[in-house]
Amino acid sequence: MTPDLLEEGTQRRERLQQAATSGRTESGGRQAGFSRIATPGEVDITHGRILYLEDVSVSFDGFKAINNLSLDIAPGELRCIIGPNGAGKTTMMDIITGKTRPDAGTVFFGSTIDLLRYNEPQIAQLGIGRKFQKPTVFEQLTVFENLELALKTDKRVKPSMLFRLDSAQADQIAVLLHTIHLADDVGRLAGSLSHGQKQWLEIGMLLVQDPKLLLLDEPVAGMTDEETERTAELFLSLKGKHSLMVVEHDMSFIRTISEIVTVLCDGSVLAQGTLDQVQADERVIEVYLGR
Amino acid sequence: MKADVSKPLVQLPQRRPLLTRSGWSGFLVAALMVCVLAPMLNLLVPPGSPLHMSDYAVALLGKIMCYAILALAMDLIWGYTGILSLGHGLFFALGGYVMGMYLMRQIGRDGNYKSELPDFMVFLDWKALPWQWALSDSFFATMLLVVLVPGLVAFVFGYFAFRSRIKGVYFSIITQAMTFAAMLLFFRNETGFGGNNGFTDFKRILGIAIATPGMRMFLFVLTGCTLLGFFLLARWLVQAKFGRVLQAIRDGESRVMFCGYSPMGYKLAIWTISAMMCGVAGALYVPQVGIINPSEMSPANSIEIAIWAAVGGRASLIGPIIGAFVVNGAKSWLTVAYPEFWLYFLGALFIAVTLFLPNGIVGLARRWKRGDP
Repeated sequence: MTPDLLEEGTQRRERLQQAATSGRTESGGRQAGFSRIATPGEVDITHGRILYLEDVSVSFDGFKAINNLSLDIAPGELRCIIGPNGAGKTTMMDIITGKTRPDAGTVFFGSTIDLLRYNEPQIAQLGIGRKFQKPTVFEQLTVFENLELALKTDKRVKPSMLFRLDSAQADQIAVLLHTIHLADDVGRLAGSLSHGQKQWLEIGMLLVQDPKLLLLDEPVAGMTDEETERTAELFLSLKGKHSLMVVEHDMSFIRTISEIVTVLCDGSVLAQGTLDQVQADERVIEVYLGR
Repeated sequence: MKADVSKPLVQLPQRRPLLTRSGWSGFLVAALMVCVLAPMLNLLVPPGSPLHMSDYAVALLGKIMCYAILALAMDLIWGYTGILSLGHGLFFALGGYVMGMYLMRQIGRDGNYKSELPDFMVFLDWKALPWQWALSDSFFATMLLVVLVPGLVAFVFGYFAFRSRIKGVYFSIITQAMTFAAMLLFFRNETGFGGNNGFTDFKRILGIAIATPGMRMFLFVLTGCTLLGFFLLARWLVQAKFGRVLQAIRDGESRVMFCGYSPMGYKLAIWTISAMMCGVAGALYVPQVGIINPSEMSPANSIEIAIWAAVGGRASLIGPIIGAFVVNGAKSWLTVAYPEFWLYFLGALFIAVTLFLPNGIVGLARRWKRGDP
């Protein structure tokens, strides 16, 4: 082995080591996708997007619920989705969470995970949590049991038979109970909670799964003003750590939390921008007021 | 001010014990009654005494305890998981048939035709045992098959049904069709299980005569212990997180999926466990009543199991056991006293329970205990 080859090898090793430790590479901190090994189940957000929907279409009995919809969301973003009834907001969430198969288009979680290849439980385990329009909690179980069930653990059959809550998990639930203001109701049956409390519990069940992306369908419907306010605070505190997609009709709530608002209409994106921008948009006014 | 995270913020509920203190004492009393009291009253107390437990009572209670195992199995799948099976009679009968085959082989040359083959085969002019009977002379294999045959049938059926996401009333109808189809199959002589006569005239188990008071009592005690054991097993299953996932599947299956659970594995597991319990009940039932035939697979029998569970109170484990005792106790009395009214009574009972006692006898007892009107 010649000395210059040895020298070159040492230099390359140092360069690579430096690149690995400093976290900054020639491409400005981003690494090119082809040079890394894709880890199964890990979300690749190096391209700055956690969710991509591209040219997605789905129709039910000839009715185009989603029509060439393209949308993407950045990590840590809080995106609000508005739109008139039947605009395809819930259908879009159904597609992302695997409940509905689109007729055409691609849906990616990060750059590497093709969501169309997974079913609902798998997508949930990948880190996409969903809150339904109508609050759905397990009414015959207590608040605590609801949260324990949603907890991020091995969710196969045998581990569930032998499951015991460890102290870290107990702490996690205890902290969360405070966050969702249900600390005094741990032992109550979820079915006996008020509508707003059920909404909170469902949000708590999402958070305890520690999802990377939260899809929230009308989270403040039926809440009192005070509860709405607290929800807004909670969402703002989640922003940055998690990505959130919020479908809501309550404009004042959206004004409190939103950065970018996407307006859906007839299954595709009509407008996108800050709330003021979209509210000033002629086409948006038209679909909402029906001129 | 922020709350101090190091201190316990919330008193989280403690893990619930398998049985409470009073639960264990009740369990112990039941075990003593089955294992000590009943044998003493039946075998030691002379028949003339008012304390004597008659052979009729032993047979009846033994039979009802088998039914109670069925009701318990039904509670796991219907009460806790919300899947109404109207085909559990099939698993019961399969366990019974496996046991029956062994008992037929035990007759040996003591049958009417003095042949190694069971009588019905001689009658049909068969020269050798068909393949289904290959393992029937081994007691050990029989014990395994009693569990494995119903388990395997349930697993395969459940796999396809749950994979296709068949739910609710559709699932119930298919299970009913399944047991009906099996009944028609077993009615045929070609199937090799004695056609519409089934198996009867059993002589012995493990070489010991079956019709003695001692053996009858032994089977009674065994059935009682199995029932108690299965009760503990079921209790353990529903107290574990597994059981709460089952209840969650019952109350909101799509929510369960979006929590990251695949309901199919859970449904398949409890469905198969439930079927295996039925198989064991069938195997205990056949030597006690001395006959098994395809009518055990009739859809009406499976519906009755659901009625026992509903009358006793679903999703309570103890309820369906009580239900099995109450309904079958009433049946054995009414079919003697007013034979023509039994079916009307059963129908009326089911309607009354559905309308007025959605939580069955146990629900009524709980309401009464709480002092509500």
